[in-house]
Amino acid sequence: MLQQIEGSRAVAETVALCRPEVVCAYPISPQTHIIEAVGVMVKEGRLSPCEFINVESEFAAMSVAIGASATGARAYTATASQGLLYMMEAVYNAAGLGLPIVMTLANRAIGAPINIWNDHSDAMAVRDSGWIQLFAETNQEAADLHVQAFRLAEELSVPVMVCMDGFILTHAVEGVDLLDQASVDRFLPPYEPRQVLDPEHPVSIGAMVGPEAFPEVRYLAHLRQLDALHRIPAIAEEFLTATGRQSGGLVHSYRTEDADTIVVAMGSVLGTIKDAVDIRREAGERIGVLGITSFRPFPARAVRQALSGASQIVVLEKAFSIGHGGVLATDVAMALQGTNCIIREVVAGLGGRPITRQSLVALFYKAAQGELGALLFLDLDMDVVDREVERMKANRRSGPSAENVLRDLGVTRGEGALS
Amino acid sequence: MTKRPVRFYQVGSFAVGNRLLSDEERTVQSDPDRTNSIDSGHRACQGCGEALGARYALDAAMRATNNQLVAVNATGCLEVFSTPYPETSWRIPWLHSLFGNAPAVATGVAAALRVKGQSEVRVVSQGGDGGTVDIGFGCLSGMFERNDDVLYICYDNEGYMNTGVQRSGATPPAARTATTDVVGPQPGNTFGQGKDLPRIAMAHDVAYVATATVADLHDLEAKVERAMAFRGARYLHVLVPCPLGWGSAANETIHVARLAKETGMFPVFEAEYGVVTSVSKIRHQTPVEEYLKLQKRFAHLFGKNPRPEIVAHLQELANRNIARYGLIDREETPAARHASTSEEPA
Repeated sequence: MLQQIEGSRAVAETVALCRPEVVCAYPISPQTHIIEAVGVMVKEGRLSPCEFINVESEFAAMSVAIGASATGARAYTATASQGLLYMMEAVYNAAGLGLPIVMTLANRAIGAPINIWNDHSDAMAVRDSGWIQLFAETNQEAADLHVQAFRLAEELSVPVMVCMDGFILTHAVEGVDLLDQASVDRFLPPYEPRQVLDPEHPVSIGAMVGPEAFPEVRYLAHLRQLDALHRIPAIAEEFLTATGRQSGGLVHSYRTEDADTIVVAMGSVLGTIKDAVDIRREAGERIGVLGITSFRPFPARAVRQALSGASQIVVLEKAFSIGHGGVLATDVAMALQGTNCIIREVVAGLGGRPITRQSLVALFYKAAQGELGALLFLDLDMDVVDREVERMKANRRSGPSAENVLRDLGVTRGEGALS
Repeated sequence: MTKRPVRFYQVGSFAVGNRLLSDEERTVQSDPDRTNSIDSGHRACQGCGEALGARYALDAAMRATNNQLVAVNATGCLEVFSTPYPETSWRIPWLHSLFGNAPAVATGVAAALRVKGQSEVRVVSQGGDGGTVDIGFGCLSGMFERNDDVLYICYDNEGYMNTGVQRSGATPPAARTATTDVVGPQPGNTFGQGKDLPRIAMAHDVAYVATATVADLHDLEAKVERAMAFRGARYLHVLVPCPLGWGSAANETIHVARLAKETGMFPVFEAEYGVVTSVSKIRHQTPVEEYLKLQKRFAHLFGKNPRPEIVAHLQELANRNIARYGLIDREETPAARHASTSEEPA
């Protein structure tokens, strides 16, 4: 039954249906509503047995999850942005230990300048950590992905991160069809750990490994992710059979059959992109979309297959490797090695900058005309950039750039920056 | 193996040899059926105080919990010397995650045990002073504040020994470390405010806080046993001399630890719910010189260019401990002595 609820609430309700046994909570926007709602359910006794632990940092949140998971409990937490970076050492550690923790990442920019709004910089920062990273397009998919995430994590003994766009999804109220307990119980068997701290069968977990075995241990982690490339679509298929809903999987194509140009993206922006593509289609352009749900493991074969018919690929992403370019674009380029596809990188939506249908329609028009450069920043105001560059040249102490730019834009009061 | 009868008497150490005690008063370690939580064959240095302390502490914890124990270990010497895969000295379930998160990982273990109804299984979390007073401090304070059912044991060797003897927040003033070298006008570690973790732990009002040294292993075992009688957060701070980092002779570890206590440099006490309940009195007050001179990390205070003013400063710190914890019974006045003995038979 469709309910009008906030994305965070949909995720919290679904996580509760997964019967997590230990949930660690530390507040950070825009994730906080999720963990608050889970906390209420535990305190009311609606989610039981479950230990809800208010920790003192994200580093502790992931560490508590590590201890709980290694003791055989199903562990869950949620974070975003700076929080993910603060727990990063433990994020890698959880993957290295093969602990099937599930974490929601409410994608948010990373400071400085501090910024609470959405982009994918946080997820990109841990892309090499060994976690599976799944990106939700809608709140329905965000909720559904959590059930699949616990199943996948525990089957493979790999932690799974469900990425959902901060605010755009977490705080959006829209229709979501929540699962019922019986369906989730059928889909998600109890957690059977591969290794566990048990006084009856003592093992040492997390000891030192030298160069003689480290590469093999890492390669085994890679093999588990390669396994996930098969399990992710299989689990999505099973989910479809059980619930009638298409959620998850590796990639999703939209109007790509005869497309010359295919736009590749992840997360909620796919909705706007599809709208813009529809508009360009009406104008007679042969353009389609490939949404990537599984960023890690990266489904190179599926991506190549889905893009092989197109001559131009536009990778639109909410992240930027400073000094290089797109992150997703690099992966797509690797997947397309040896083909004649031209790849255009578009960095968009950083720090919550709206990605409007209007901008996308204009972008796709330019793409069709073959006017896109190798790397483009959507809606970047080069005028204010140039002015700040001039200021920095003229004056060693020209002040904080972020403040100067805002003054130029007239967003803040004041006399304008020094010149 | 059977217990051997009394044959020898130990003198001059204040330590009562097991053989002088009745069976029930003997250490866990003297029991041939002890668990060997950390087995022999590990790679600790000769004379390592930490290996000794960990062995006694964990075997005592095992006995106190009827062998229902899980240990979490911070990165550090204890972790490295006990477990290079595929070898492990641990015969108890043991988890190492990171340097700075052992208290939080232990919280997670305790939470999982609680949610699974395994309340009989107890959790010990352990680390060196770097992992405890510095990088793990936030997680430790969080664990205390939430009163999670974890005994945290800090094996304090007063520096980052695993990485090559660098200064930690527990390094004493004037001590030479690789990052507080004996150069310049103020050789060795600075005289800061110090970071007194046992007192910080007490400020959290946790059920039990105690200090111990490897010079009195009966005391250490008794404190572990006492700690396991409580539920909630508990803290045990054990001074463990490090021959490598302190520049002391490997066969002097016990002696050096004893002098740390007898000089007042390291106060030995226990506290419950934030209040000191007992102190181990100084038996023969010893000037700090005697403690310092056994350690090369203080060698720059003596010899050709002695620094008596720095030694005096360290003595002041010891005196402050003696006063704070009442480590020496004040000499009673004749009147007081008379009053206290008047009601007792002569």
